[in-house]
Amino acid sequence: MKRLETSRINEFFDVIAAQQRLYMPLENNGSVNFGVYSQGDKYDPSALHTVKSAKDVFFPQCEAMASFVTEGKKFSVTPVAPTDENFVVFGVRACDVRGFELLDKVFLTDPVDNYYAARRSHGTIVSLVCNNPEETCFCSTFGIDAAAPAGDVIGVWTEDYLYLEAATQKGEELLALTGSLLTDGGDEEVLRRKEQTREIIKKLPLASLTTEGWGAGTLDEKFNRPEWDELSSACIACGTCTFVCPTCQCYDVRDYKAGDKVSRYRCWDSCMYSDFTMMAHGTNRPTQKQRFRQRFMHKLVYFPDNNDGEFSCVGCGRCVAKCPISMNIVKVIKAMGGKNNE
Amino acid sequence: MQEIEKTLRSRCAELIETGVCDRVLAWDGGEFFYDNTPAVFASAEAARNIRYDCFCGANLSKYLIEKATEGKTCVLLKPCDTYSFNQLLTEHRINRDNIYVIGVGCDGMVDIDKVRAKGIKGITNVQESGEELVISTVYGEQRCAKADCLLEKCVSCKGKKHFAYDELIPEQDGQESEKNGRFDMVERLEAMSPQERFAFWQEELSKCIRCNACRNACPACSCRKCIFDNPASGVAAKANSDTFEEKMFHIIRAFHVAGRCTDCGECSRVCPQNIPLHLLNRKFIKEINQFYGEYQAGEEPDQRGPLVNFTTDDADPTAVSDKEG
Amino acid sequence: MQVEKSEFRPKIVAFCCNWCSYAGADLAGSSRLAYPADVKIIRVPCSCRVNPLFILRAFEKGADGVILCGCHPGDCHYSTGNYYARRRMTMLFSMLDYLGVEKGRTRVEWVSAAEGVKFSTVMNNFVSKIYELGENVKLGDLRCKK
Repeated sequence: MKRLETSRINEFFDVIAAQQRLYMPLENNGSVNFGVYSQGDKYDPSALHTVKSAKDVFFPQCEAMASFVTEGKKFSVTPVAPTDENFVVFGVRACDVRGFELLDKVFLTDPVDNYYAARRSHGTIVSLVCNNPEETCFCSTFGIDAAAPAGDVIGVWTEDYLYLEAATQKGEELLALTGSLLTDGGDEEVLRRKEQTREIIKKLPLASLTTEGWGAGTLDEKFNRPEWDELSSACIACGTCTFVCPTCQCYDVRDYKAGDKVSRYRCWDSCMYSDFTMMAHGTNRPTQKQRFRQRFMHKLVYFPDNNDGEFSCVGCGRCVAKCPISMNIVKVIKAMGGKNNE
Repeated sequence: MQEIEKTLRSRCAELIETGVCDRVLAWDGGEFFYDNTPAVFASAEAARNIRYDCFCGANLSKYLIEKATEGKTCVLLKPCDTYSFNQLLTEHRINRDNIYVIGVGCDGMVDIDKVRAKGIKGITNVQESGEELVISTVYGEQRCAKADCLLEKCVSCKGKKHFAYDELIPEQDGQESEKNGRFDMVERLEAMSPQERFAFWQEELSKCIRCNACRNACPACSCRKCIFDNPASGVAAKANSDTFEEKMFHIIRAFHVAGRCTDCGECSRVCPQNIPLHLLNRKFIKEINQFYGEYQAGEEPDQRGPLVNFTTDDADPTAVSDKEG
Repeated sequence: MQVEKSEFRPKIVAFCCNWCSYAGADLAGSSRLAYPADVKIIRVPCSCRVNPLFILRAFEKGADGVILCGCHPGDCHYSTGNYYARRRMTMLFSMLDYLGVEKGRTRVEWVSAAEGVKFSTVMNNFVSKIYELGENVKLGDLRCKK
């Protein structure tokens, strides 16, 4: 177990940033999101959740894929190559790290998504144990331990020190890089802190939420339930829940015409939008109820069906906190099965 | 507020029981005491669960377009919501005969994000106690002044007077507020240099994730199909794909609602990135007031909006482009 | 008017109404009055046909200045179109200014079919203003740059 004085955290960042691009939660006018660190930026350890999840780092909201240029009668295609630069993501919470694992199941199975795969192999994840979980957190429902995140380096933030432990080869390399700043430290404080986090998690209002009744094989039972009407009735069809979600992975590929050049890019899409997967026949999912149902059925039924029963929700609570009309996956789970075991 | 909630519940239940209304559009409770959801209550029994507390910021008027198509729908409107209601009537998006409006008294709605910004986390319960909010959290009880945690739209409240209603709960209506300071921030921005203004907006709008929540929550944005959703328009974009698109989206959206925007503040309330979108709309309102005379959209139905109107001696656009500074 | 030679050649879009300003441009041409070739005219049926989106799109795709020309107020072929355009453009320009975009990049001028001289003067003045302001960086989309 290595440790770093929290007062020297910026030196730690600077050492990394001198070698590689460093992503971490940064504040911009009141909103915290993952961004690229530049010297002097402040890290706020009390910020639990970023607005957008950390998936942005591996699967950006928008990325260029190719450009097409016409010159006279010539036509040239220039694909954008997947990244070949190493980078570090600092301050990812347990739920978001699980989010990456779920995205892997989509993007790293055949056919492999080259852009995503390149970022995954070049990225080093420094995860942090949650210090102050919030009422919207329900990661325990999906078997995630906020006190034991996955990742390449696992960090624990205490008042005076940031304790760091490498969990993978990539993690070892990162700690070696910053070795001059680190000292050896015992794990008493770490264990105490983890225990504290687990105690708080138990007290959270959603701590005992279960996914009873959901999961693989429940499609027939759930699909035509009358509850969908009521649940979806207030949905305003924005994409907030999908865009802040760490596991939503749908995207659209579009062309942008700029004079004699066309750039092809992909960007996140949302099943809440009326033109999601629109095809010529024009009747993809005509009502908001169908679109709403799609999102939750995907997380709670279709994904488990295709992935050995694993849900594609990590309980980060972003949609719970951000939905403009406060309709969210917790209300859906509870309305048709899942219980609070109290 | 608790008194109002009690009266609302029994009155709404009565309206359904006596057959005056077929359903009530109101707010339903949530998981955490602060996440109330707009909902339709179709039975007297259900109507007894209506929630009305300081977390009912959502403006219900836009829902009437879809929910009040048949029979009679009762809707609960706060004073600021009644402006939107009148504007929707003006634009013939809703039919007055299908709607029964209960104007509900309001003393300001709370923005849970402002409570969180004070470092108060793990919120399990919020109670109003006089001017204070008593907040129970998993980390212990906390108190803070309600005035510090109001939604932006409530900070510069236009007043407590209802501009459309069939009945009021409580019966006594409030007053319009004379001075609400809603243009203060607009003026501060105007006083900046163009470079500073550009930097301000660049920073704010770069946070935009194009979730369209502002548009979809806006009672003035009631087009069946938005130009930004139409791939044939050439401006449709599903994400902030590059550099310019958010700016274009927000300028055009503000422009499309200029003269129709009642300043209900929904755009800023729903923005997941806390972009102060109301500052765009307020700029238009301020300019309209200055160039074409004081105008408040939705003050009464059937007004002719300033951008679908003109006089022969209007100011020339050069008044803006040749202005100093 | 002599325009100074420099590396920068602005792209200027002029929306001209069919009935007055476009004819004014014609007259400028047939009277052999010069105005810079940087001005690209787009003919519209009436000044009020111009949606603010057109102007923003022009900037997005690389225009450095956009000017809208219509009939003089009171002379609109459709009676009242330019009165509406007048209000809209006043609002749009205020908004652009509010966002910190240079005011000089946008302009409205009323040019009648008989005012070939005015058309040429207006365009010369506008173009030299854009030369002063230089390239439009604030409202362009990076993907449109070469």
